[in-house]
Amino acid sequence: MPRLKTRVNNVSNLFLPLSVLVILIIINLIKGADYFKITMVNGAFYGNIPNILFGASELVILSIGMTFVTAASRGQDISIGESGAISSAIFVQYVLSSGNVTLWTILVGFVISCLAGIVIGAFNGTLVSFFNVQPMVATLILFLGGRSIAFIIDGKVSPILANEISNRIGTVIPGVPIHTPIILTVVFIAIVAVILKTTNLRLYVEAVGVNPSAARLNGINPKKVIFLTFVLMGVFSAVAGFIAVNKAGRHDSVNLLKFIMMDAILAVALGGNSLSGGKFSITGSIIGAYTIEVLNRTLLRLEVNPEAIKLFKAVFIIVLMIIASPVVRVYAKKALDKAKGIFSNYSAGQTGGLSNGAVSAADTTGKRGE
Amino acid sequence: MQSEMFLKMEGICKSFPGVRALHNVDFTLRKGEIHALMGENGAGKSTLIKIITGVYQKDAGQIYLEGRPVNPKSPQDAQGMGIGTVFQEIALCPNLTVAENIFIGRSRDRFVHWKQMNAKAAEMLDSLGIPASPTQELASCSIAVQQMIAIARAVDMDCKILILDEPTSSLDEDEVQKLFALMRQLKARGVGIIFITHFLDQVYEISDRITVLRNGELIGEYETSELPQIELISKMMGKALSDVSAIKKHEPQKSADSVPVFEAAGLSSAAGVRPFDFTIHKGEVNGFAGLLGSGRSESVRAIFAADKVTGGEVKVNGRNVKIKSPLDAMKQGIGYLPEDRKGDGIIEELSVRDNIILALQVMKGFFRPLSRKQAEEFADEFIEKLDIKTPSTSTPIKSLSGGNQQKVVLARWLLTQPMYLILDEPTRGIDVGTKVEIQKLVLKLAEAGMSLTFISSEIDEMLRVCSRMIVMKDREIVGELSGMHLTEQDVMHMIAQGGH
Repeated sequence: MPRLKTRVNNVSNLFLPLSVLVILIIINLIKGADYFKITMVNGAFYGNIPNILFGASELVILSIGMTFVTAASRGQDISIGESGAISSAIFVQYVLSSGNVTLWTILVGFVISCLAGIVIGAFNGTLVSFFNVQPMVATLILFLGGRSIAFIIDGKVSPILANEISNRIGTVIPGVPIHTPIILTVVFIAIVAVILKTTNLRLYVEAVGVNPSAARLNGINPKKVIFLTFVLMGVFSAVAGFIAVNKAGRHDSVNLLKFIMMDAILAVALGGNSLSGGKFSITGSIIGAYTIEVLNRTLLRLEVNPEAIKLFKAVFIIVLMIIASPVVRVYAKKALDKAKGIFSNYSAGQTGGLSNGAVSAADTTGKRGE
Repeated sequence: MQSEMFLKMEGICKSFPGVRALHNVDFTLRKGEIHALMGENGAGKSTLIKIITGVYQKDAGQIYLEGRPVNPKSPQDAQGMGIGTVFQEIALCPNLTVAENIFIGRSRDRFVHWKQMNAKAAEMLDSLGIPASPTQELASCSIAVQQMIAIARAVDMDCKILILDEPTSSLDEDEVQKLFALMRQLKARGVGIIFITHFLDQVYEISDRITVLRNGELIGEYETSELPQIELISKMMGKALSDVSAIKKHEPQKSADSVPVFEAAGLSSAAGVRPFDFTIHKGEVNGFAGLLGSGRSESVRAIFAADKVTGGEVKVNGRNVKIKSPLDAMKQGIGYLPEDRKGDGIIEELSVRDNIILALQVMKGFFRPLSRKQAEEFADEFIEKLDIKTPSTSTPIKSLSGGNQQKVVLARWLLTQPMYLILDEPTRGIDVGTKVEIQKLVLKLAEAGMSLTFISSEIDEMLRVCSRMIVMKDREIVGELSGMHLTEQDVMHMIAQGGH
């Protein structure tokens, strides 16, 4: 029974992103019933769903990193797009300088760009954890200067990444029906899951995010944990930059992953995570990231004027945040209880199964009052 | 009789799903009396208070205010009826001035008349004898004065009934006296005060009558002068008196040549404690005694390296070791339950399970997490051993009562099987029953060979469990007392004489 209750609670945390996802899908189905249609072109899947999974790859990876940073440091890293632009610039330079491109070249380039990501993350992490600079202020430095660094590494405007392997990483490998970025994202999520399973990352990050002082007295070094999350964020940015640059086929230091931190932060919030740190849900952030991609594509599909898309998105987010706010939730709960009361008058004893979740929620509230 | 009762509650019932919080409880409050509401955690005190103040709605029963039936629907509603509440945690704005805090949010005018407001506040502070200036920033006042200002704010709202929920838990003796003076003054004005506290001495010092609740039921209403303290305790706990006084100290078998479990020489820390020497033997329970601010907590924090250690030599089982961080101390088999449970002890949002395994998990290391099954087993084991009342192991610790939270923190350290455990105020803000349980546990652990340091503001509690007391004054050790028959006088004397 306790296990079951936890499940119910976990699901209720995911209620917001999932319900938004459902609403968006319904809107899309109304627009055209062929929304889920998947076609095979040249041996690869195409359609709305594959497009969404393909498009959201970088955002999903960055949202996971942002979840860790938020949970531990109680702040956000706003330099993730720039950090990805720098590390991918280094990747491109390595690949271009090595002449004959083999899979080995790409792999070494990828590892080098991840090392660059570690350096960038360590820079941000040092400022935040050892110099106590607020995360948003600390990362503002690279947010402002990062693209210039990427441009200097490039040496010219948009170097082209024209090789067969990059093309396959950015699109499809012949014979594999699923786009490579989707596969890479799945592998990435699996690696994160393994890390969470085999280390105490979750416990340490949550303990530091909730109560750094108590964490310290239990032998955890909060500074190190916060530093670690920024280093992870740097590596994750490098991975996202790697996928983005292979997708694009060239390194556009001005536009690569531009303003993606906004979507990443939003994905974290949408996933039911508190932006002021503490307990976190990676699943929530992942669903949040895909939801944002669905939202972007829905607006395109509804033929909203591209100029106006940002406004629509803003309005949508405001509505969403109000719906999800505790104030509205309390009202909704009251209304639901009333409805249930009326319902149970008609069919007493039949609502037991339905109201279980509500009862367990009320249970904890009651306990807290003691 | 009816007219004399200012507030009368009859047959109050309140249930939460699965929990019967109050059953058929009566409560009365006279004009101008201080009425102590007593009971262990979970007895229903808070629920009763929340019904009076309109936070909860009663399921059954009647409330009469000055003879008229009333039914407060919200805290605002209750305030309108003249029921004011001051909670344990002060709900004021520390960065505003004293006057602003008293009047904030209550001016009917759109604009604030600063001069008028400050003058009014000054008058009020003066009449209540609160030592603060209206233009002073609240944060610069002591906790006691802040508490008084919270009361002043409640009183100014034309309050007839004042509810004080644990107002003294963070005050020292001197400050408590100031607060009591204010309470007596309000009493003289005819305000009825409901006073909730865990400090029994304070109940006897200030209250006129006592109502005891247990498990949501009314045990009785008594004149304070007619109820001996020991009887009050047994009524609250529902246990026979012999149980309470049965705690027997444990005399460590200390041979002269035995190597101390822990030994420090010239230890000092950045928190400003003077270099001190300290030893503890196997199976010994000792304590640091002294007034608030004497350096008791700072000393034990230095042992655990909770504050930066600035000097001194440390030996564990006769070997020289370096303890530079809490983790170093933990690895040497030292555990530390901090004084500030909420700030330094519990990790509020995390589950009871995670809170229990935390220290052990950290000692095992980052790359060796316990399996879910193991963690679950450890949690279940200690929930049973220490009788922790929690709906499940996944419940966030913040929703447990204070006593149960403290037991979880204790469980966390017991799980690491320390050889030396430091307990700094383990019984603060905890109901009598749990207090006794913790004292018994300490003695049982010592008998099993663990060394413990036990610190408490209540000297009689320390006398009950400690066989040796280190007396501190002004951040310095002024002496040591040992023996099975220490008395409070001995300790007081040493504090008074100490410092020379």
